[in-house]
Amino acid sequence: MNSKLTSLSDAIHQYVHDGDLVYASGFTHLIPFAAGHEIIRQGLRDLVLARATPDLLYDQMVAAGCARKVIFSYMGNPGVGSLRRIREALEAGELEWEEYSHFSMISRLQAGASGLPFMPMKQTGATDLESQNPNFRRVADPYTGEEVVVVPPLIPDVAIVHVQRADVNGNAQVWGILGEQRLAAFAARKVILTVEEIVDEAVIRSDPNRTLIPGLVVDAVCHVPYCAHPSYTQGYHDRDNDFYLAWDEISKTEESVQAYLEEWVYGLPDRAAYWEKLGPEVHKRLQAGQRLSEPVNYGDY
Amino acid sequence: MAELEYNPKELMVVNAARLLRDYDVVFVGVGIPNLACNLARRTHAQNLQMIYEAGVIGAQPSRLPLSIGDPSLVTGSTSVCSMYDVFTLYLQRGNVDVGFLGGAQIDQFGNINATVIGDYQNPKVRLPGSGGSMEIAAWANRCYIITPHQKRRFPARVDFQTSIGFLEGGDARKRTGVRGGGPEAVVTNLGVMRPDENGELILTAMHPGVTFEQAAENTGWPLKLAAGCAITEPPTAEELRILREDLDPQRIYI
Repeated sequence: MNSKLTSLSDAIHQYVHDGDLVYASGFTHLIPFAAGHEIIRQGLRDLVLARATPDLLYDQMVAAGCARKVIFSYMGNPGVGSLRRIREALEAGELEWEEYSHFSMISRLQAGASGLPFMPMKQTGATDLESQNPNFRRVADPYTGEEVVVVPPLIPDVAIVHVQRADVNGNAQVWGILGEQRLAAFAARKVILTVEEIVDEAVIRSDPNRTLIPGLVVDAVCHVPYCAHPSYTQGYHDRDNDFYLAWDEISKTEESVQAYLEEWVYGLPDRAAYWEKLGPEVHKRLQAGQRLSEPVNYGDY
Repeated sequence: MAELEYNPKELMVVNAARLLRDYDVVFVGVGIPNLACNLARRTHAQNLQMIYEAGVIGAQPSRLPLSIGDPSLVTGSTSVCSMYDVFTLYLQRGNVDVGFLGGAQIDQFGNINATVIGDYQNPKVRLPGSGGSMEIAAWANRCYIITPHQKRRFPARVDFQTSIGFLEGGDARKRTGVRGGGPEAVVTNLGVMRPDENGELILTAMHPGVTFEQAAENTGWPLKLAAGCAITEPPTAEELRILREDLDPQRIYI
């Protein structure tokens, strides 16, 4: 099979276009910051940015002027406070939004990933969000007649998914918090995989149960170590909680955000330069340590 | 013994932690609930099964997770599943005993607003939104809410129902058919409120030194005092030590 290996910059250039619906996946874990930064550098505009938790990544992309709209289910800086740039843009009426609960957001991806016209959910008694977002509908369960809530599929133009390891065809193995990684990849029309480690196909075949995303849905494979910082990659580096706290300060003014983007995004060519700029003290602070799993025997048949 | 000093947040965390029972399966929320659950697991509820909406089951974090998606939740947990699985197989199916919730506004009937102050389309203050709380409040067997006792946080009616308590009271919640029992207690820095038979939150316990008038003044509806309103036990030295030294040494939450 042909290798799908390409640079992140080429992959973004080829697969992300102005106006696209982009799903950069990862629930707290594996958030592909390097890809978002590359999108900012390439000056993409009018994107619809979907994520359950927009996180600092979409706060930065909104501040950089990439987005027309956000789709989300929890617009906060987890454990810290709000996402100030997105929040201010929403309060000022400068950014469109579409809102869900986590479950309804993920259910939309599940429908998209499964090729279904909608997903049913038990209703929650809370009707205010339902009445504000016409994508929520109620239908009668054809078996009992009870009302269920349904949501339509979410089909991103492009999903960006960071994983621990993959082969050059994009067979990808993930461990730690799985979030919506797999659903985003199956739901999207195009998939850019960013990978901590490119491994031989034999490594993937040694542990097939760990392969959550098969190469057949992947369009580009980009080798981007430390792609997720300040988010994290389980077993590779820790979450930079200090930065999540620091962002609360940085994001207080438009000026300090632009200064940040200048220094850490526009001013750097790629993720390797970003990681080097973080410096040895940060590298040391974010070391993951080691806790290996017990091997399993697949049998020799 | 000299009286221990503690702040209002520590008081809330300790009293919230005490509501958890050993062997409870608890869906843990971000922030103060996270602290309360981790405190309970280190004290009286060592068999507490902590489920995080990120899809971690049976977490035993070695440090206080700042976010609810921290890597320390995964290492040493009993299972990790996708978010779709955690919301369906665990929560929707009915395998969660306790939901721990917070919110910007809690009303007289325990309904929660975590979405917006003012008009939804033209928000005065835009809050983070539901996250997992819409479904947790509906489907967990019982829910606990933790929030400081301030009048603006306890309006008679919330601006937006992100997740439900007892709706407008009476059997309104029951009539929706949601499986969970709704809020069982609201823990504040002044005391504990619990729903009466009509679903209205009334004051059932006060922290040491607090008066009913204080609680009433800081509540946005005519607060009722429960017959036999109790006084809570003050935090113990051990609870405070765990909170300050083990769980939140940087004092992010307390």
